[in-house]
Amino acid sequence: MYIIVVGGGKVGYYLTKTLVHEGYEVLLIEKNPAKCETYTERFGAVVMNGDGAEASTLAAAGAGRADVVISVTGHDEDNLVICQLAMHRFKVKRTIARVNNPKNEELFRRLGVDVTVNPTSVILSLIEQQIPDRHFVHLLALRHAKLAVVEASVAPESSICGRTVAEVRLPAETSLIAILRGSDVIIPTGQTRIMAGDEIIAITRRESEEQLRDLLVTN
Amino acid sequence: MRPVKCCSSGQDSSDALFRRGHRIGINVNVVIVGCGRVGARIAATLDQAGHRVSVVDSNPAAFRRLPQDFSGKAIVGTGIDEDVLKAADIEEADAFFAVTNGDNTNIMTAQVAQTIFEVQNVVARIYDPVREDTYRKMGIHTVCPTTTIATLMIDEIQGGA
Repeated sequence: MYIIVVGGGKVGYYLTKTLVHEGYEVLLIEKNPAKCETYTERFGAVVMNGDGAEASTLAAAGAGRADVVISVTGHDEDNLVICQLAMHRFKVKRTIARVNNPKNEELFRRLGVDVTVNPTSVILSLIEQQIPDRHFVHLLALRHAKLAVVEASVAPESSICGRTVAEVRLPAETSLIAILRGSDVIIPTGQTRIMAGDEIIAITRRESEEQLRDLLVTN
Repeated sequence: MRPVKCCSSGQDSSDALFRRGHRIGINVNVVIVGCGRVGARIAATLDQAGHRVSVVDSNPAAFRRLPQDFSGKAIVGTGIDEDVLKAADIEEADAFFAVTNGDNTNIMTAQVAQTIFEVQNVVARIYDPVREDTYRKMGIHTVCPTTTIATLMIDEIQGGA
């Protein structure tokens, strides 16, 4: 598999290092000639100096035969254009973009970039999961399916305490995956009774997330 | 000298839009991203003609290029940010110009205008002819100064010979 990485900042550097180590054919495109020299000394001849958003650079890099193009520069507009050029000009099947501003994630998706990785959101969500006494935590977003996996602790005042799963009116297209009670993990059935303090892991539509939060956490 | 003909691909040309707007006495709402020489010039011209103009530039000093009597809005911020564009009234815009000095910024902001805000007339300046060609084929209306000016320069010499 041939992978082109554009942008030799910290992300690009460690990504290239990992991919080279795993035996992939990799080419890193970086604008700054001094960085290219350093990286070439470290990784060998897998570094190319140039502007990855220039079609001529991508052509010289052999983008036409690349299986994946990953753009991880610090500028969203560059990452977008690099991925779009790769897709439309060079018919690259899979493109992955780093999205620096979380606001741009949805835009990239609408403009056809296959996968976006947003370090800001990733860091936020990891920190969020570590803050104690959070009652409703967003664990994972399944972007293409518009689904979210969430974790919530059932508040004592919630109307669902003491009811069985079958009795609870969950928001549309929501399933309870697991209930963590003390050290037990319960895979719920309709007969499972929900208790105050239960940690519930559920999968839900993104738009039903708020409704689920209200149901489990507030009343 | 002949008028500059842009290499845009046959949309309801913005030229026609402004003339039509002028003729029937309605103001056209215009957003311009990039207040360099070209952006400021477009802003001043359309403002003078009575259209409602907002100009966006990340550098507040760029607005010095606008004429003293400019009556439109000048918004400091980056054109690839939806909130900045909203502040520039993009939701009511009939025409959108992406004329910063960065090709990629112009490409991205034009796509935001076209895809998210569904502005009817969007034009982006793209210096790199290959990128210009790619995005024109993808349905973005583009002007490539590199090819346009090169052609004009050659024509000037040949016309004078």
